[in-house]
Amino acid sequence: MTRAVMAIDERLRTVALGAQDYATLALRATRGIVTRPFYWRDTFEQMDRIGVGSLPIVLLTGIFTGMVLALQSSVELVRFGANIYLGNLVAASMVRELGPVLGALAVAGRAGSGIAAELGAMRVTEQIDAMETMGTDPIRKLVTPRLVAGLVMLPMLTIVMDVIGILGGLLVSVMRVQLGADVYLRGVWSAFAVSGITFGIVPRDFVSGLLKPIVFGGIITLTGSYYGLRAGGGTEGVGRATTRAVVASSMAIFASDYFITQLLLVLLPPPR
Amino acid sequence: MSRAEEHARAIRETLRRDTRGRPASLVLNAPKIVELCDVWLSFETPVLRGVDLWAREGETLLVVGESGTGKSTLLKLILRLLTPDRGTVRVFGMEMPRLSFEQVLAVRRRIGMVFQYAALFDSLTVYENVAYPLRENTKLLEPDIRHIVRERLRFVDMNPDVVSNLLPGELSGGMRKRVGIARAIATDPELILYDEPTAGLDPLAVNTITRLIRKLQVELGVTSIVVTHDLRAGFRIASRVAMLRNGRILFDGSPEDMVAASDPYIEAFLRAS
Ligand SMILES: Nc1ncnc2c1ncn2[C@@H]1O[C@H](COP(=O)(O)OP(=O)(O)O)[C@@H](O)[C@H]1O
Ligand SMILES: [Mg+2]
Repeated sequence: MTRAVMAIDERLRTVALGAQDYATLALRATRGIVTRPFYWRDTFEQMDRIGVGSLPIVLLTGIFTGMVLALQSSVELVRFGANIYLGNLVAASMVRELGPVLGALAVAGRAGSGIAAELGAMRVTEQIDAMETMGTDPIRKLVTPRLVAGLVMLPMLTIVMDVIGILGGLLVSVMRVQLGADVYLRGVWSAFAVSGITFGIVPRDFVSGLLKPIVFGGIITLTGSYYGLRAGGGTEGVGRATTRAVVASSMAIFASDYFITQLLLVLLPPPR
Repeated sequence: MSRAEEHARAIRETLRRDTRGRPASLVLNAPKIVELCDVWLSFETPVLRGVDLWAREGETLLVVGESGTGKSTLLKLILRLLTPDRGTVRVFGMEMPRLSFEQVLAVRRRIGMVFQYAALFDSLTVYENVAYPLRENTKLLEPDIRHIVRERLRFVDMNPDVVSNLLPGELSGGMRKRVGIARAIATDPELILYDEPTAGLDPLAVNTITRLIRKLQVELGVTSIVVTHDLRAGFRIASRVAMLRNGRILFDGSPEDMVAASDPYIEAFLRAS
């Protein structure tokens, strides 16, 4: 009994210490954005790797998500004779949820794991120690550029994902559902209009659809860096770090998605 | 003659043949550049349990011990990549655990570290690796950096025209080690730390590395701390030897004294290497 309690206590302590380390990392990486030295070259390189590197997988995820979404929805809509709302449904689902979340999961699988593996390898081969020895703050040099790249590139990738997903829906709409492109696209426009307009011009859905990927970009890059920097125990440790980074950031993406949605419903209530 | 005697004789031979960096009398009263007092450190289990160790200016201190006894940990304490649970670490007279981040950087700039597997940045070329500490710590312009990098590569017997643009992955273990030394001496450090400089190298490469370490101590007069389990190579460069065992310093003295020591563990260690 006491042993079980102690084991739980120990586990909680580890989690608490981990959370503290994570917060410290996040803080120091963020401070690196606004104070010098800032490593521009590394930042552009990471933008290229995370942004351009994730483009193929985001494109593929996007088109198939939009297509299957249109296909599934059409079955229900036809039953109620509400076919013409196909565009609304696909657009709203893509921009609000599927674009940000599935896009982020794809990037977590590709770029997040890459970050953990790369930093993990640098950790176990003492390259991080070497860096520190030669006067570089490894968080500034390695984590901040990745964080910035994540914050900037995730929203962009999400826009690409949304657009390609809506086009995928259009494809299915025209080819399989026999719904005209004009009807479908009118539905897309009206989806954004009915969601409400924020700050006078921006559709409400765009605000949430872009805020989420910014948060997810931070989660993916920080989590990848966190597990990479803590890797230990040789090559095997690097593998473990990679797996943990992907699992943890996926969970964090789902959880924060719910809370951001909830928060925005309060801050920017949709029109009734 | 027994195997043990034969071995002891071989070591004595080595000692006689090699005149070490500088006579012991010269460094005897030199100031202590590195000083660890009663240092304790635990990870999951205790690793260091009251270590007292120092290195005087100009000497080459060899720290030996089995793997896992905490030799690399000692070097990381000196660089403040780790901080002790208890005790003090003084480098150039400054207490490392108390310094601010900026002050630590200033101390680290005066130290060169040669990592066990060289720890070269594998995304950078040989040239960029050696230039790295210069770019990070100095305001030197490219022509000066270029001059220094080429000079350091030549110092470690490498042809800058051949190796500059290679990536670390394209080098042999011995070459990587030499680039690691070139990088460590790029900023003219006063103290060089070597972590297992000869481990995993073939005998010829071991000779090259020990020759380089001696060249550094003789030509530049730098203070060195060499951590190794390879006594044979270590004895050729050491002016003093300390042995780490069970988290403490078991022996501290000249190589000659070590060979003459009657401690059964030391005898066994000498015999095994
Ligand atoms: N960062 C660390 N976390 C946990 N344990 C460590 C860490 N670094 C070293 N150790 C442990 O401390 C002991 C000493 O390690 P080390 O200094 O590398 O030994 P040596 O260099 O003498 O082979 C080993 O048992 C090692 O597992
Ligand atoms: Mg070691």
